[in-house]
Amino acid sequence: MSDKRGWTDHPLVQLTRVRYREFFREPEAVFWVFIFPVLLTAGLGIAFRNRAPERTVVAVVTEQPAGGRVADLLRHEDALDVMLLSDTAAKEGLRTGEVALVVVPQRGRSLEYRYDDTRPESRTARLLVDDALQRASGRRDRVAVEDRLVREPGARYIDFLVPGLLGMNLMGSGIWGLGFAIVDARKKRLLKRLIATPMSRIQYLASFALSRLTLLFMEVGLLLGFAILVFGVPLRGSLPLLVIICLLSSLSFASLGLLIASRAQTMEGASGLMNLVMLPMWIFSGVFFSASRFPDAIQPFIQVLPLTAVIDALRANILRGAGWQTLAPELTIILLWMTGSFFLALKLFRWR
Amino acid sequence: MRTSQEAIALQVRNLRKAYPDVVAVDGLDLEVYSGECFGLLGPNGAGKTTTIEICEGLNTPDSGEVLVLGRRWGQDDRALRELLGISLQETQFSEKLTVAETLQLFRSFYRVGPDPTDVIAMVQLQEKAGSRVGQLSGGQKQRLALACALVGDPELLFLDEPTTGLDPQSRRQLWDLIEAFKSDGRSILLTTHYMDEAERLCDRVAIVDHGRTIALGTPRELISRLRAEHVLEFALAEDQVVDEDPLRRIDGVCAADRRNGTYRLQVGELHRAMPALLHELRRQGVQLAELRTHSATLEDVFVSLTGRNLRDE
Ligand SMILES: Nc1ncnc2c1ncn2[C@@H]1O[C@H](COP(=O)(O)OP(=O)(O)OP(=O)(O)O)[C@@H](O)[C@H]1O
Ligand SMILES: [Mg+2]
Repeated sequence: MSDKRGWTDHPLVQLTRVRYREFFREPEAVFWVFIFPVLLTAGLGIAFRNRAPERTVVAVVTEQPAGGRVADLLRHEDALDVMLLSDTAAKEGLRTGEVALVVVPQRGRSLEYRYDDTRPESRTARLLVDDALQRASGRRDRVAVEDRLVREPGARYIDFLVPGLLGMNLMGSGIWGLGFAIVDARKKRLLKRLIATPMSRIQYLASFALSRLTLLFMEVGLLLGFAILVFGVPLRGSLPLLVIICLLSSLSFASLGLLIASRAQTMEGASGLMNLVMLPMWIFSGVFFSASRFPDAIQPFIQVLPLTAVIDALRANILRGAGWQTLAPELTIILLWMTGSFFLALKLFRWR
Repeated sequence: MRTSQEAIALQVRNLRKAYPDVVAVDGLDLEVYSGECFGLLGPNGAGKTTTIEICEGLNTPDSGEVLVLGRRWGQDDRALRELLGISLQETQFSEKLTVAETLQLFRSFYRVGPDPTDVIAMVQLQEKAGSRVGQLSGGQKQRLALACALVGDPELLFLDEPTTGLDPQSRRQLWDLIEAFKSDGRSILLTTHYMDEAERLCDRVAIVDHGRTIALGTPRELISRLRAEHVLEFALAEDQVVDEDPLRRIDGVCAADRRNGTYRLQVGELHRAMPALLHELRRQGVQLAELRTHSATLEDVFVSLTGRNLRDE
């Protein structure tokens, strides 16, 4: 009989250690939670890294005698890549998008620009071409201007992407981590066996929260550290605020995972439910591109999704250095999801 | 921790539990005295697990009364759980934990109890203490389940088929454990399909069928109620049949029946019945293909009560 027990014999400590053991003894889980997000960041970061500014391709139609002279004038412009094409080839180029704009010299000294005004690079080409030709024909600028080029980290795609991936990772590990572990224990009747002991049910659930929170530091640290060291992603906001956003987000997704797992009896049922819950967020919450690109009609729906709030808050903190007041709406949404799903899960939860 | 010495460790009165398609427990009564090992016997689907899980507070009855160590479920469940040791019919413990880690976890839930290493030694899993649960054999897993039931130093032990799937040696080891536990004055309710196990371990048994107790008493009492200490079984050479009525009139034969081509006689005095039987068979002109006798067991009690074998589907 032993009555004197150390702190490691406290049930909450024991239960939390079980969570760690179950996680770290599953190499696949470790891969998907820690390694995969870093690989994804590396891959996307390399694919979308900033290159030297691209040159816009424009074509000059050769059928008119003035074509060659116009093309020569345009070749002085660094940002333009000028081709001499037949009328049909130029049309084809416009259709396939290889050519941003076609210049068709007209009789006399007038010109015709053919382009698609919905394509941003075509509109840019229109401005560049017109500016070059007008100046070559003697137009004088009235205001003196000077170009100073500023290429800032924080405005690149990788900077936009990293907070999105971070949010997506927090969601995945929260929902999967909790959902699968609980449904598995229920299916094996381990839950039933556990509640046959004097174990406190709250401590059982708390062990998931505790292990989540500590794993979180590794998860976020690894991904953010990689992004900062390798891609120079800036960290403009306050670190304590970032930690709090991550903690709340993680707990909020863990609650959602608990809610999903509260009744499911089989892995198949649980993973179906998880996908159903996560899919809209993968699509709408702005992981890979801004959520504001979706139509206004569905914006209210998108804005209340927990992942949207999490990613918005992360981006605002990491990229723009936003403070508490600015983030209040997002933090409120995250907190509401957390408490709402937690209490609903407690109400619905089946231990057998 | 053991303060109360109730005369009755577990009392169940008029228990009923119906599922949509079957009445699992149908007005069952039982009492387990302190210091006794009580066995629930019955065929598959008899309602043993349902009954035991209601007693464990893991299932709710439709009606009836359950008093566990003098208390009702729903009052101070946590305190009551400190006093119970439970092994469910089928639990899979976490496969990624080791035996020692699993026991440490379960030990942490109880205020008092033996050291996990002592319990591991008790169920003879020392060699496997550091192995993952996923790598244990079926029997070793059963012993782990028993260890988890013992780790809180329980007053009352519920064991649902604790020895199913064990080899004879492990079963005997488990019996020793259960007997040692009982000799401390603590009580056990167990279910089993093994009649030898019930006869060896249980002070009293209840035979349950279709959710009802059909016989209750010490194994010896139940067997002696058959008024026949022996069972004589024989089979005939291909397709031959024998008229059963003359068999029943043989001196010393209490009952005779036939199932699946095997004739079964309950016999009080074997030395008188046997020659008479052989004589009668010769008179009817049939040939024996097989002849066996054994001392009457609980299995025979069950068969004579229900006309079915315990392990028939
Ligand atoms: N959750 C449930 N839902 C519906 N029916 C159930 C449920 N649990 C048990 N039953 C039914 O109740 C009856 C009694 O089941 P129980 O598990 O108590 O039998 P048992 O005596 O333990 O059998 P075994 O020896 O096979 O373990 C069975 O017919 C079973 O199908
Ligand atoms: Mg059963």
